[in-house]
Amino acid sequence: MHKLLLLGDEAIAQAALDAGLSGMYAYPGTPSTEIMEYIQASPQAAADGVHREWSSNEKTAMEAALGMSYAGKRAMVAMKHVGLNVAADAFINSAVTGVNGGLVVVSADDPSMHSSQNEQDSRFYGRFAMVPVMEPRNQQEAYDMIFEAFALSERYRLPVLFRITTRLAHSRSSVARRDRIAQSSVSMPSDPRRFILLPAIARRQYRALAEAYEKLYTDDAVDGLNRLKTGNGRGTGVIACGIAYNYLMENIADRAGDYHVLSVGAYPLNREKVAALVDNCDRVLVLEEGYPIIEEQLRGLLDRDVKVLGRMDGTVPRDGELNPSIVATALGLKAGQGREVPLLVRQRPPSFCKGCGHADMYQALTEVMAEAGQGRVFADIGCYTLGALPPYNIVNSCVDMGASVTMAIGAADAGLFPAVAVIGDSTFTHSGMTGLLDAVIKNSPITVIISDNYTTGMTGGQKSQATDRLENICLGLGVDPDHLKVIVPLRKNHEENKAVIRNELNYHGISVILARRECIQTASRSKKARAAEKDKSKE
Amino acid sequence: MKCDIILAGVGGQGILSIAATIGLAAVEQNLFLKQAEVHGMSQRGGDVQSHLRLSDSEIFSDLIPHGGADLIISVEPMEALRYLPWLSENGWLVTNSVPFVNISNYPEAGEVLAELDKAGNTIVLDADSIARDLGSTRSGNMVILGAASSFISMPFSALEDAVRKMFSRKGEEVVEVNLKALRAGRDAAAAR
Repeated sequence: MHKLLLLGDEAIAQAALDAGLSGMYAYPGTPSTEIMEYIQASPQAAADGVHREWSSNEKTAMEAALGMSYAGKRAMVAMKHVGLNVAADAFINSAVTGVNGGLVVVSADDPSMHSSQNEQDSRFYGRFAMVPVMEPRNQQEAYDMIFEAFALSERYRLPVLFRITTRLAHSRSSVARRDRIAQSSVSMPSDPRRFILLPAIARRQYRALAEAYEKLYTDDAVDGLNRLKTGNGRGTGVIACGIAYNYLMENIADRAGDYHVLSVGAYPLNREKVAALVDNCDRVLVLEEGYPIIEEQLRGLLDRDVKVLGRMDGTVPRDGELNPSIVATALGLKAGQGREVPLLVRQRPPSFCKGCGHADMYQALTEVMAEAGQGRVFADIGCYTLGALPPYNIVNSCVDMGASVTMAIGAADAGLFPAVAVIGDSTFTHSGMTGLLDAVIKNSPITVIISDNYTTGMTGGQKSQATDRLENICLGLGVDPDHLKVIVPLRKNHEENKAVIRNELNYHGISVILARRECIQTASRSKKARAAEKDKSKE
Repeated sequence: MKCDIILAGVGGQGILSIAATIGLAAVEQNLFLKQAEVHGMSQRGGDVQSHLRLSDSEIFSDLIPHGGADLIISVEPMEALRYLPWLSENGWLVTNSVPFVNISNYPEAGEVLAELDKAGNTIVLDADSIARDLGSTRSGNMVILGAASSFISMPFSALEDAVRKMFSRKGEEVVEVNLKALRAGRDAAAAR
């Protein structure tokens, strides 16, 4: 079949469609966003009637996917690594209920934090939930493994965690497709009670889960993805997880026989295979993107049986993503070296787009906060976090989705006044609404600014669940209509906007300001699209 | 044959259109290809880069090793310098000379050009004015690609075909102006 040039994310999406996917569920988050975007744009998905709407957050996405699986069809859910924290309750328990139709959970990790708050390792969640984890090495394998993941999920009746990292997600290569599998039809689980996690049932299910997990170590569908290549003589063994294998081969392709290599593509990792490697070597270097998970298991608590090298002893840096040079150094080889970066090269941090509404909102807020002379602004996850950088320097926090509202509540409880929350429209419907309900119930003296640009901006302009609903949501949660204000953040409204913000900051109760103007990026895109449409109709 | 290229610029300048053109051409030439892109936060006016690797045999790493790039193609002069640690000893650097100033401490333009001079195998050209002379301010990226074309291991006609494919949906006029830009870049580089 014709080869496609695909991002890792797109390979996963195309594979799921070809493997008979019936429902795709996700909330945007770098580096996972393109999976859903690809499926939404796919004519194949449209023709097959695949469900592919964004969800409000990763938890609702995970639960909807589990529901589709319950009804017997194949479902996939995708998120960035920190999204799995949001979905964790549903994810962990989906291992206990088990699945019916195949269920694949894609979690895209971001080591080096290119666009993230931490570099947590999703493989950890796989062990925690006791589900199989797959970690493809390249785009073709990402495509092929999705087929294996759905099959394994249905055979074990377990969700499969599909772990990728930024470099695979956002790197393009050619991918050959397989024959398509038709969608499944609706069928109820054979055991009607296992999805009811009452204690008596949950205990039974949990025991079964623990037994199944033990079988996974040696099941060929897992173990077959882990390849052991024995080298000549004793010497160094290398365990290379996922794309770390590529960095290894970049360095040793012409002398691969000098090393014993275990290339890992799935977990849990067969103990016999690790033993076969370790028994042949004087020392073992562990290369993994993210946390030293396999390394720590290999060392054990006592760390005295095997000579292990990796992130924990400094052979590999403790944090940050791997690259060919880091791996060369870890192998004791000479890493390539280019020239120094000239001193005059300056940092170029991200900044607000020219004409961005967030910027006008911050200009007004910054001036009003300066008048107040005290108080703090708690922000959230999105483009508007850039208010932390010059010229504004007004943002004091960015922690997790929705934390602006609730941190402002706590700080106000402690006596801070004014306490201001700045949150985007999509982040608000993701995780800000419950916090606002808390604020309404105790009438917290905080001001919540929802900077509404009608989109999920930072990830590239996906549909926002909040669009045209914010007034109703806020009033429904019980915000006083007299303290629900709408401003349009434009230069010409500057003084007027400052007056609104000033009034609400001075009010000793909960108030919400909707600062509303379309994202400059989506606005220019839709303008172009309209112009193109016009040209077409002329022809 | 292998050709490792770093593409550099500022978020929003459209370096991915250069990458996509080379990628299209590479697929037609039956080359192996890997292209690592930057999406997300840095796209908002920050520095962006793409690692593009072409080879006639299997490519392992998505990232180019330090000191391993055969070519840096940059649409902004200071950004070209940021990736010198990746450039190989005999590698070439092809860049636009027009600064993109969105930071208050951007260095003196003259100092940046002097630093580029020191870098050795460099081609620095004002792609913006070349594009403007052709009547299309938006085809500067194709001028730069044309200027770098002799260092990319494939026939020039393969790049021309890729440009046709890339822009065919936008009409013959757009295709023609981008082909002109590509050729003008090639000629400007050859004149040095």
